[in-house]
Amino acid sequence: MIVVLVETTPSGEAVEVSREAITFARSLSEAGGGVPVDAVVVGEPSADLVATLASYGVRTVHALTGEAFASYAGAAWASGIQGVRGSSVVVMAAGTPRGNEVMAHVAAREGVAMAANVLSFSGLAPFVVTRQVVGGAALEEMRLGDRPAVFTVAGHAVEAVPAATPGPADVQVHAPEVAAADLVARVVSSEEPEPDLSGTLKSAKVVVGAGRGAGSSEGFADLLELTDLLGGSLGVSRVVTSLGWRPHHEQVGQTGSRISPDLYIPCGISGAIQHWAGCSTAKHILAINTDPDAPMVTKASYAVIGDLHEVVPAINAEIRRRQ
Amino acid sequence: MTTLVCIKRVVDSSSEVVLTEDGQAVDGRYAGFTTSAHEECAVELAVQIGGEITVMTLGDADAVEQLRAALAVGCTAAVHVVADPQTFGPADVAREIAAVARDGGHDLVLLGNDAADSGDFQVGIRLAYELGWPVVNGVSTVSVADGVVTASGAGPDGHETYRVPLPAVVTVLEGGVEPRYPTVPGRMKAKKVAIDERRPTAEPTGPGRVRLLLPPPAPSDVQILGKGADAAPAVVDLLEQLGVLAR
Amino acid sequence: MANVPASAKVVVIGAGIVGNSLVHHLAELGWRDIVQLDKGALPNPGGSTGHASNFIFPVDHSREITDLTLDSVRQYKEMGVFTESGGFELARTEERMEELRRRMSSAKAWGIEAELVSPEFVKEKVPFIETDQFIGAFWTPSVGVVDSLRAGTIMREKALESGALTVVPTVEVVGLDVEDGRIRRVRTDGGDIEAEYVVIACGVWSPKIGDMAGISIPLTPAVHQMISVGPCPQLAEREGEISFPIIRDMDTFCYERQHGADMEVGSYAHRAILHEPEDIPSIEQAKLSPTEMPFTSDDFDPQLEQAYELMPELLGAEGAEMRYAINGLLSLTCDGNPILGESLVKGLWTAAAVWIKEGPGVGRAVAEWMTHGHSEIDVHHSDIARFHPHQMRREHTRLRTTESFIKTYGIIHPAEQYESDRDQRLSPMHAAQQKLGAMFFETAGWERPHWYESNAGLLEEYGDATMPREHEWDARWWSPIINAEHLQMREAAGVIDLSAFQVFDIEGPGALDTVQRTCVAQCDVAVGKVIYTPVLDAKGGFLSDLTVMRLGEDHFRVVTGGAHGRADLQWFGNQLTDDGTTITDRTDEVSTIGLWGPKARTILSALTDDDVSDEGFGFLTCREITVGGVSVLASRISYVGELGWELYVAMDDAAALWDTLLETGADHGAVPVGIGVYGTTGRIEKGYRAFGYELDSERSIVEAGMQRPKVKAADFVGREAYLAQRDAPVQSVLCTLVVDDHTSASGVKRYMLGGEPILTRSGEPLTDGHGHHPYVTTAGSAPSLGKHVLLAYLPPAEASIGNQLAVSYMEELYPVTVGSVDATALLDPTNDRIR
Repeated sequence: MIVVLVETTPSGEAVEVSREAITFARSLSEAGGGVPVDAVVVGEPSADLVATLASYGVRTVHALTGEAFASYAGAAWASGIQGVRGSSVVVMAAGTPRGNEVMAHVAAREGVAMAANVLSFSGLAPFVVTRQVVGGAALEEMRLGDRPAVFTVAGHAVEAVPAATPGPADVQVHAPEVAAADLVARVVSSEEPEPDLSGTLKSAKVVVGAGRGAGSSEGFADLLELTDLLGGSLGVSRVVTSLGWRPHHEQVGQTGSRISPDLYIPCGISGAIQHWAGCSTAKHILAINTDPDAPMVTKASYAVIGDLHEVVPAINAEIRRRQ
Repeated sequence: MTTLVCIKRVVDSSSEVVLTEDGQAVDGRYAGFTTSAHEECAVELAVQIGGEITVMTLGDADAVEQLRAALAVGCTAAVHVVADPQTFGPADVAREIAAVARDGGHDLVLLGNDAADSGDFQVGIRLAYELGWPVVNGVSTVSVADGVVTASGAGPDGHETYRVPLPAVVTVLEGGVEPRYPTVPGRMKAKKVAIDERRPTAEPTGPGRVRLLLPPPAPSDVQILGKGADAAPAVVDLLEQLGVLAR
Repeated sequence: MANVPASAKVVVIGAGIVGNSLVHHLAELGWRDIVQLDKGALPNPGGSTGHASNFIFPVDHSREITDLTLDSVRQYKEMGVFTESGGFELARTEERMEELRRRMSSAKAWGIEAELVSPEFVKEKVPFIETDQFIGAFWTPSVGVVDSLRAGTIMREKALESGALTVVPTVEVVGLDVEDGRIRRVRTDGGDIEAEYVVIACGVWSPKIGDMAGISIPLTPAVHQMISVGPCPQLAEREGEISFPIIRDMDTFCYERQHGADMEVGSYAHRAILHEPEDIPSIEQAKLSPTEMPFTSDDFDPQLEQAYELMPELLGAEGAEMRYAINGLLSLTCDGNPILGESLVKGLWTAAAVWIKEGPGVGRAVAEWMTHGHSEIDVHHSDIARFHPHQMRREHTRLRTTESFIKTYGIIHPAEQYESDRDQRLSPMHAAQQKLGAMFFETAGWERPHWYESNAGLLEEYGDATMPREHEWDARWWSPIINAEHLQMREAAGVIDLSAFQVFDIEGPGALDTVQRTCVAQCDVAVGKVIYTPVLDAKGGFLSDLTVMRLGEDHFRVVTGGAHGRADLQWFGNQLTDDGTTITDRTDEVSTIGLWGPKARTILSALTDDDVSDEGFGFLTCREITVGGVSVLASRISYVGELGWELYVAMDDAAALWDTLLETGADHGAVPVGIGVYGTTGRIEKGYRAFGYELDSERSIVEAGMQRPKVKAADFVGREAYLAQRDAPVQSVLCTLVVDDHTSASGVKRYMLGGEPILTRSGEPLTDGHGHHPYVTTAGSAPSLGKHVLLAYLPPAEASIGNQLAVSYMEELYPVTVGSVDATALLDPTNDRIR
């Protein structure tokens, strides 16, 4: 049996990455001779959710319910999964913060290894997975010899595809006892986040980005002018903040702000994965870079090849001219 | 109140990633080495919490550079478990941290949520089980009052807050605080701190790594608008077409 | 990818300060069809220019570097990118104060305003400095900072505007094609360019590019650490990039330079951290730029402490943080000088290992050199042709730069010897010389005895005539034994190892034409004649002075000094006629032993059956004779003003000849004599000039007092200029001066070592017709005269025998008197001793 933790939206639907994880589990099941795929959800599942999971080939939906699951506690979730996993050979989740956390709890409790952000597997015996490391900039082939094999599936490693021949899924509702120790660290309150300094950055329709190509803390004048002309916000890469050229709250990336503007104009940003993670949902990307092979250029929708210190003033001048 | 904050020397991956010849690690000779961003924030949080702060790492001899960097911004003591980090898996590292934590009588252990290189997402949690302490994972602010840690961060349900009694383990995500830069006096003070060097307490079982490889380049369908300053009219045409030009 | 043209007159590789300056000056000088390449993007392609600290202290002990720097400052000012800040060089020790006094000598010699000042003076201009950390400082008001990237852009754009230049950034050179010894083509990842000329001006990458054409550009990328601390409130309250003078803390090898609200602290104190050009990361791999390597903080920590002691309030200010720290790469060479000029591949030029302070000046000099064959500023110390094969090894560069890195701000004695990579070229007599207690100095890799401890016994014999020196600095790398050897040679004879001579033969139908065109003196002489001759460039400046022997109708042998020998070899090679005439380096086949002194003929007669009488073997003749059973080419000539011969002998026979000469000579009082005599004391008593000291490309035959009554009819390089110089009023005159009194204020007698300014008796500066200020080109003992003698070019009005002037040494004046105003010797002016 393969057990997949499925996360749900506030309205109770299976999130896309969890459906991807089930898709991944199904291919693993097929490679392993058709072992069944079970899902674990927290809370009473809606009929729609059960139907969705069934369409993805899930045989049984285990629902963890009761006071212990009313608010999130990683150890409690892990304990619940352990209670239903039986003799399953694989316990897995999507590579979300929750997914990674709960799988880490499961692995620690079971005394087995865990692989985070798996993209694919290349064999069952031994079970070897390929996973993202260095924020996705490199891959690791990792042997996962322990049973159960515990891992998470990286977002968009596979496309979420319903099963070709889905069957019905039955629902088993559990209300397990959870040890007090597993409930010590649990969410005690959750609220709408307060707007922070990067608020305008996150909501801007246009973001002008700047990387090490700015050259120095004095190299931002033209970029700020362009930002002004476009009524947008300035976003910068991690190098820029780590050098102290611009404040942290302007940072875009995996660990900075994640932005989704209509247009992102990264200037002199090579496009390390950690930066890409913060801007990949922009509708359009116009990269300005000297290197036509820079990842940011190849991933962009539009690009200008050239130094930002030459291109940006020319754009500013052209905008002013047309005004 | 004493805090143990755990850091890892990692290759700075903001530029093109280069692997070592044996494919077992990222090559840092061009980009240099740094402390993971999450851990820089963990250090900053520890400094803001105050009290005695021990910074520790498990790494080769060069990792002392990262310990000194943490000392330079306010940590007060340092423990260096000298070992080749490539041969240590997450469970091995958790065990070594637990030994240091127990030995030092710390009340709070802060770690990064995940290491910038190996991205295992589990050392803090395994550490908590080793110690039998509660663990709060993936938060970006931490404060301590009356023996209780209050920690919060972004979660799927909004801004989530945890309150756990000490002793506890907390893993930190970047973004809640701005790590400070070292000052000259801070750096000089750091130089004078004696670093407690230790051997690992046990043979590592290893990370299960077969090898590292680089991902294939993604296909590109970028439309090149031009080169240099001459591209400006085409760019402004596009801005107009996308309707982002303020009128 | 930019469009790479298919052909060009000249391709300049590199768009840093040097390449940009070069394309500008080439365009100014009328060059067209210039193509400039860089693998990086403009305006900052990622080389050393991009992270330079950009400050300029004009005073250097080297005239060449100072002149290049002053020319660069002039150009930066014209471009409006120079900001004068003033600069202090601090002394924490008395030894450093002495060095600063010596620096005052250089400042006066080069005419740069400077002053020794108290810590309080410094504090007035730099209020955040701690005065208890140092005892004095050298103040140069004209120190400033430049915007080297902006300057590069301005110069590049000027060349673009003139239509002379095509710039192609982000194109990488992948090969250089050489055919028949000439550069033909530059291969790039954007296409090939046929080119007549190529200039490698790509800083730390130059060796890698040079390798593509099979030439060695012996520089090494080395780390210079720099951090930036800020914002400092003391700096932030003033407008602009720089408003406080730059501090060079000489004894801790670091500097503090304001940059807006930040203070940059740079260091030369750490271990030498060298890289291979191949190991520099690509633009994509680098975190910042390829030449801004990851900072290694451990190496910097000691510096930080010293900087903090000096400026605790500033560097410890609230909010002042270390945000930017790099291991910046720059270029170092084995002798600290740039690498300029045409390589052994025709048409392939180099302009590398150049710092910001020299960049525009170097660009102009190399452009002039490429255009006219010479530059206004003499740059022969930077000529790529200076390197001998052993110096082209990367290992040599690595070892020497490792040794010299820490001397970047060091106190370097003018005679200081390197310790590393020695014993590269040993004469056949080396073992014997070691037994004689030779003190070896290095020239062109050769180990040459400077004096012999075995002659220490002579000190007693000659007593005070050996002119012992009381002050340690004056006596460092020196011994009174040199003067004892000198006196013994003048009294009896001396045997001198001259194996370091560069010796090459020119043979073939065009041999006479070649030497005639190259040399000033008449070379169409009888076989067996020896000619001493200047060699000039087209503007009539000295390229060399050397001797030529006519060994056959179509066979000439050139003998020149080792230090500059490779450049001479290359120059003669470039003058070869195109008819099968060849040039062959014999340096490693032929050893030279000199035998001079009143007893020289007696000693030689005892060892040979050949007629060595004045009638039988006249002055300035040469021929094969047998000495002690060994066949030698004997040449009757002298650089020490004594009767005697240079004996050219096969390397294999040299050791035996050496022993024989010393054994037989001993009966007549002959001793081994070192280069201390040959290079200094022997020649200056005779007013003999030396290339690199009195003679360089900024000096003329007329000014050097070496003109003969007639000029040969045959054409030679520089003839026209030389004829014009003979008719023009002279602007300066090379004179010999005698020091009248050596007593310093403290009572210790001091002896000048060279480079000191000559002033009026009351200490007023002098200026010659070129606008230059006189300085000592050679200083040394003249033991036979009992005087310390100085050579210097004086303004014509001051060049009269008996004129009383002064020399400034360590900031004290010593009276001197002009002893000779032309090449007339102070000793034996009628040359009786040579006969």
